[in-house]
Amino acid sequence: MKIHEYQAKEIFSRYKIPVTSETVCYTIDEAVEAAAKLGLPVVVKAQVLVGGRGKAGGVKLARTKEDVPEMAGKILGMDIKGYTVEKILIAQGVKFSSEFYVGLTIDRNSKSVIFMASIEGGVEIEEVAKENPDAIHKFVIDPDLGMTPFLARKIAFSLFTDFNLVKQGADLFQKLYRIFMDTDSSLVEINPLVITADGKLLALDGKMNFDDNALYRQSAIEALNEPTEDELKELDAKEKGLTYIRLDGSIGCMVNGAGLAMATLDLIKYFGGEPANFLDIGGSSNPQKVIDAMNLILSDKNVKVVMINIFGGITRCDDVARGLIIALEKIKVEVPIVVRLSGTNSKEGLEILKMANLPIVETMSEAAQKAIELCAKN
Amino acid sequence: MSILVNQNTKLLVQGVTGRDGSFHAGKMKAYGTNVVAGVSPGKGGMEVDGIPVFNTVEDAVKATGANASIIFVPAPLAADAVLEASEAGIELVIAISEGVPTLDMVKVMPYLAKKGTKLIGPNCPGLISPGEALVGILPGNIFLKGNVGLMSRSGTLTYEMVYQLTSNGIGQSTCVGIGGDPVAGLYYLELLQMFQDDPDTKAIVLIGEIGGDAEERAAQYIQDHVTKPVVAFIAGQSAPPGKRMGHAGAIISSGSGTAEEKIKAFENVGVKVAKIPSEIPDLIKQVLK
Repeated sequence: MKIHEYQAKEIFSRYKIPVTSETVCYTIDEAVEAAAKLGLPVVVKAQVLVGGRGKAGGVKLARTKEDVPEMAGKILGMDIKGYTVEKILIAQGVKFSSEFYVGLTIDRNSKSVIFMASIEGGVEIEEVAKENPDAIHKFVIDPDLGMTPFLARKIAFSLFTDFNLVKQGADLFQKLYRIFMDTDSSLVEINPLVITADGKLLALDGKMNFDDNALYRQSAIEALNEPTEDELKELDAKEKGLTYIRLDGSIGCMVNGAGLAMATLDLIKYFGGEPANFLDIGGSSNPQKVIDAMNLILSDKNVKVVMINIFGGITRCDDVARGLIIALEKIKVEVPIVVRLSGTNSKEGLEILKMANLPIVETMSEAAQKAIELCAKN
Repeated sequence: MSILVNQNTKLLVQGVTGRDGSFHAGKMKAYGTNVVAGVSPGKGGMEVDGIPVFNTVEDAVKATGANASIIFVPAPLAADAVLEASEAGIELVIAISEGVPTLDMVKVMPYLAKKGTKLIGPNCPGLISPGEALVGILPGNIFLKGNVGLMSRSGTLTYEMVYQLTSNGIGQSTCVGIGGDPVAGLYYLELLQMFQDDPDTKAIVLIGEIGGDAEERAAQYIQDHVTKPVVAFIAGQSAPPGKRMGHAGAIISSGSGTAEEKIKAFENVGVKVAKIPSEIPDLIKQVLK
């Protein structure tokens, strides 16, 4: 789960990490009022849950009184990578010298939290990672020790020469680690962290992502969730025990297991088709799940054919077949369906489907090819 | 021979009285696994499918000499269950539980390292040495005893691959589902080494997916340390960036962790990569010639 910059900075503030003075605004009038209170110049920043706002024109410096309504008007309602800007941040313009990057994330290889620090702040860190990976210092944090003062100092010394800044940095990094652990984050970033004209460290921007698996114990964080329309569908699916992700194609997919679902999408693409969704119905053959899954797939009007790919392991194919028959009796499906059942009790399952006159195939590859063929006809 | 589990495995089931725990305890026992005990706090003295239930792992180990444990407890309790098994001296812990907070796993890792406990999972289907022991939720009937070692981040995709191998008469030494979470126990490198050292494993199948760089590291490891032939498959070639494809760890972030990079890494070190799952049996036949 992601939150907005202003929300991340509110959390930083609670831990006494210095951030810019700022106000969230939903209208041009609110923006004008906020700018008047803060004093010019101000930075107008789109608040969307996607990166690359600056490049998309979603961050502008307003120097004059007239700039504020003009820029706020331009940015509000703007589309950034499919996200509509519904709120903007009016932040006090700050004079600063250097820009740094600092961030915390989970490192799969060391199985630890790592701290990343770079003197190349203010630009997209992914770019730095690609072009100049040595410019990013990484520090593995021992889970038993946490962010010790000496480690925080070591990180600070990698960025600053002035001891006054080292002291401020070490303090800030320890707070940042506390935030990461307290909120079950998967990413906490300040980019850029700047040195103001009076020699103080300040978080000019903030980014936080969270571990979805831990939201059950982070109700305050979960309350900040603002799912998009597609994500609402995904959340709704999750409550029904399904994992759904909408894609752009026209072949609807119903698969058991995440890995097999991914491989199914790959196979459709391999044979020249375009999948409409990722849908993992999990390990159960409960007819209700099949009905829910079918409804979900068909809620996407681009779907022209449905491909069902079930590998029976613990899930028995005859159970799935029975579930499918019940599902098809309950809901009207106007697009063709291709079914592939394999594994445990597949013979019995296929018999049941045959009686219902459903087109069945033996292998994944055949199913994908048949679905593509039917899709082209429709 | 095989790796990790065999006839000498004495299995303990944590969460044995739960719905999944009791169901799979029975299945594993029916397969022939030596299931010696179950643990369910407050239900000590009970029996599930003829398996004695204890209140603590320590009691179970003392009474039965259990040396491996499989965990079916709900995700919020899983990390503690792993620690309890480790503390009681269990050598191999398999965590099936799905949805475990990542930081919970980060926090248990140093203790497991200190105790020398091997962990598989969480969010994994477990493992099987066909004909010897099934420790997990894998469907035992699709496996065949043989000489191919298999490791995978996915469950059903593994079954799909195994089914194709078995249908082609290619048996398996051990198949390990390492799980789909970003922070997990035994991973490709450790398992590659175990299969390399196992005299009965003649070839290795590695099933990876998008996210992280474990496959790239595995490719490097294969080049440096593995002389047995390895065949790979990577799921998620068509996955959109930034979306979590069912598994918590299966996400392309900031353009890295893509299937293309992983396939390239394998091909660069001479590992054959199947473009579609049905190519796996033929590739194995080729490398075993």
